[in-house]
Amino acid sequence: MPKLTVDGIEVEVPNGSTVLQACEAAGKEIPRFCYHERLAIAGNCRMCLVEAKPGPPKPQASCALPAADGQEIRTDTLTVKKAREGVMEFLLINHPLDCPICDQGGQCDLQDLAVGYGRGMSRFEENKRAVNEKYMGPLIATAMTRCIQCTRCVRFAEEVAGVEELGTVFRGENMQITAYLDAALTSELSGNVADLCPVGALNHKPYHFESRPWELRRAPAIDVFDAVGTNIHLSSRARQIVRAIPRINDDVNEEWAADKTRYAIDGLYRNRLDRPWVRREGKLQPVDWAEALAVVAERMRAANASVAAVAGALLDAETMAAAKSLLRSVGSDLYEHRQAGHATPTDGLAALRFNSGIAGIEEADAILLVGTNPRWEAPLVNTRLRKAVKTGSTVFAIGERVDLTYPVTWLGEDLSLLGRLPAEVAERFRGASKPAVILGEGATLVEGTLGDALDFANTFNLVREGWNGFNVLSTTASAQGALMLGFAVPGGLAELAARRPEVLFLLGADELELQPFAGAFTVYVGHHGDRGARVADVILPSASYAEKPGTYVNLEGRVQISERAVFPPGDAREDWSIFRALSDLLGTPLPFDTHDQLRARMYAEVPALARINAVAPAPWSVPVAPTGASGRATLPVQDFYLTDPISRASPTMRRCSAEILHGQTMAEAAE
Amino acid sequence: MADASVNDPNHPDIRARWGGFAWTAENRERAAAIIARYPPGRQQSAVMPLLDLAQRQVAEETASGGWLPMPVIEYVARELGMPPMRAYEVATFYTMFNLQPVGRYLVQVCGTTPCMLQGSDDVFAACKAKGLKKGEITHGGLFTLAEVECIGACANAPVVQVNDDNYEDLDFDRTLAILNALERGESPAPGSSTGRQTSCPEGGPTTLRTMAVENHDYRGEWA
Repeated sequence: MPKLTVDGIEVEVPNGSTVLQACEAAGKEIPRFCYHERLAIAGNCRMCLVEAKPGPPKPQASCALPAADGQEIRTDTLTVKKAREGVMEFLLINHPLDCPICDQGGQCDLQDLAVGYGRGMSRFEENKRAVNEKYMGPLIATAMTRCIQCTRCVRFAEEVAGVEELGTVFRGENMQITAYLDAALTSELSGNVADLCPVGALNHKPYHFESRPWELRRAPAIDVFDAVGTNIHLSSRARQIVRAIPRINDDVNEEWAADKTRYAIDGLYRNRLDRPWVRREGKLQPVDWAEALAVVAERMRAANASVAAVAGALLDAETMAAAKSLLRSVGSDLYEHRQAGHATPTDGLAALRFNSGIAGIEEADAILLVGTNPRWEAPLVNTRLRKAVKTGSTVFAIGERVDLTYPVTWLGEDLSLLGRLPAEVAERFRGASKPAVILGEGATLVEGTLGDALDFANTFNLVREGWNGFNVLSTTASAQGALMLGFAVPGGLAELAARRPEVLFLLGADELELQPFAGAFTVYVGHHGDRGARVADVILPSASYAEKPGTYVNLEGRVQISERAVFPPGDAREDWSIFRALSDLLGTPLPFDTHDQLRARMYAEVPALARINAVAPAPWSVPVAPTGASGRATLPVQDFYLTDPISRASPTMRRCSAEILHGQTMAEAAE
Repeated sequence: MADASVNDPNHPDIRARWGGFAWTAENRERAAAIIARYPPGRQQSAVMPLLDLAQRQVAEETASGGWLPMPVIEYVARELGMPPMRAYEVATFYTMFNLQPVGRYLVQVCGTTPCMLQGSDDVFAACKAKGLKKGEITHGGLFTLAEVECIGACANAPVVQVNDDNYEDLDFDRTLAILNALERGESPAPGSSTGRQTSCPEGGPTTLRTMAVENHDYRGEWA
């Protein structure tokens, strides 16, 4: 623990810290462009210069200087200021003066630091360097003349995303950052390079020329496109969401966000259901709320308790709690959220959850993936797995071979391998101090896999003091919340269909097989005109995740709250109020009139949901599950960019799918 | 030069011509020997010698100057198990790797201060008189002229490097003579063109004269 003084303030920093970190510990702000907490140290921008004693009598780059005992650091001397001003002057030599037309304007590190360290005018009389435009795919807009070669993007692509497609070519003044052969980045985390860029060289293409940061209102929200529960800010201008950017949460997403999280938001304004519809004579007719609700109430009265509800992938816990209350009030318990048709036992919550935790999985030293592609099902879990591999963990996998960006030993595709692991693999797990298994939803769909995995956990002692290595990788934001609320029937969707419900509520559920429910009167409560709305008899337009406050439980069981960023379009209403209105018409009003009251009731029913940002406790208990799986698992995510009604409605996501996954080339319009 | 120009790396002709590039039997052995110099898992360190080897093989195959078409860079990257971007970065960084076709003789004239003071302008004039053009292949694939920064032989300035050989102490006439000899297919002797030994002082030694003849102990003469 070196002890040093920064501008006369004594600080003690952990071993291995840099002088820059020590300065921050002392409350000194150090300007930087290339240094980033989560990336390797490059030391090439030279902006973080400080004076250090003992050491050579010249300013030193604090980001690359290890903190040592007894060092005396000065950050406030004239030498330091002049040195930084010199660096800034050189950086600005080739930087264009196009801030007024640059997307980064107002959120630019170079702009901000130029206020403190820039000269009022340029002394450089030569021509500025210009760099040819680069192409990096449908998500990243480039203006490489603005690049200051900090190489953050290159380091991110190599270290975090695991795709070494960005690089620095040529040298000296001609040095430039480019994607290999100007091809689209094949990463589902590529949007982060635009956030990392301290200048306007890399920008978000869908957000190009959209707005200025000071025009935006930001609402802290939770991402719903996978089960990670990425913490985001939804920024809106007027009534429209214009961008989603990650919030820092070291337990969940660090400071990254997947591309779907960021760019599927343009789907929020396409294909929206903004008024109620009722099917008459085979055609959907627009109606008003009173009429639509009356039709549904009438059918519900006729159906008595024969009412079922299926929850979709993007739902918050409150919506499910309200729907459950409604169904209970008519005497039905037919509610289910597992649209793929899982019928795994739901009594032991821990057996269906990511018990190691998103951050915790980094510590695992032997990992077995079963029928999963974490890179697509939870990109930010995959980055953690990549970190684990970098620190010496071994990853084995059973299932379809995919590129996970780190070395994986593929054992085969047949799930029966889980019960008969090769001897050397078994040896590795026996010797591991923190062994883990990660089951994909495609695997748990095959009967027997869950039981086999639990046997595996038992054999190799995956659950031990201070460590639980049994993980199921949920793919939907609603899954863990639904499980906590008990929004499931033991036999799954098959049981629901077998009970032949007369009225079927689809709560934003678009992925299920509807054939078994052919006779039911279908009410679609959701926000997008997708598969569910197409077959519905009544459409009740509701709010998307951006338009309602909600509680989401992520795959590790962490309860998080999302706030409303904008209001639903047109006549669409928040989901819970729809159920409340219906209950009125049925003559059994639900006991809540506001969202807060609904929340209070939900908390009373499931107290763990009230503990925001904490992982809901799930004591380890082994449910009885059939064993003896065989056959292949189908991966639940077949196209990363098009998984749900919002992303399917998003032109950006459709273009990503076509270009990045299906290799189409897109003509770029000249700007 | 704002944007260093490279060949269109994805040109179908280049892909078609070089897509099937592979080591010759002899170079395969050499490559294996080079890779064996580095510890296991660090074979990527061999990227520079291998790129050089590939460039020389390209020279042999085309019977002209060596260069690195994109598929060849990718081949080397594959051989070393590294992403092509990383090999491409190396190839673009070092001027020794040519990213465009060059003539059989790449005439690299040093124009840095010592050479310039010693008359590199005359050397350029000689090249120009011979018809060489910077960055272009002239004389039916024979010559490409390039102006380079210091090639580290300042004691013999002005210097020209032709492929692997240095020609030193040049002036207009002697440069022209070398170029003419190369054109005739001869291989002029590399080194100083004035006949002095390596970089010894012109006109014989000015200090330590006795040492030039035989070993001499000066220590007794120190006062």
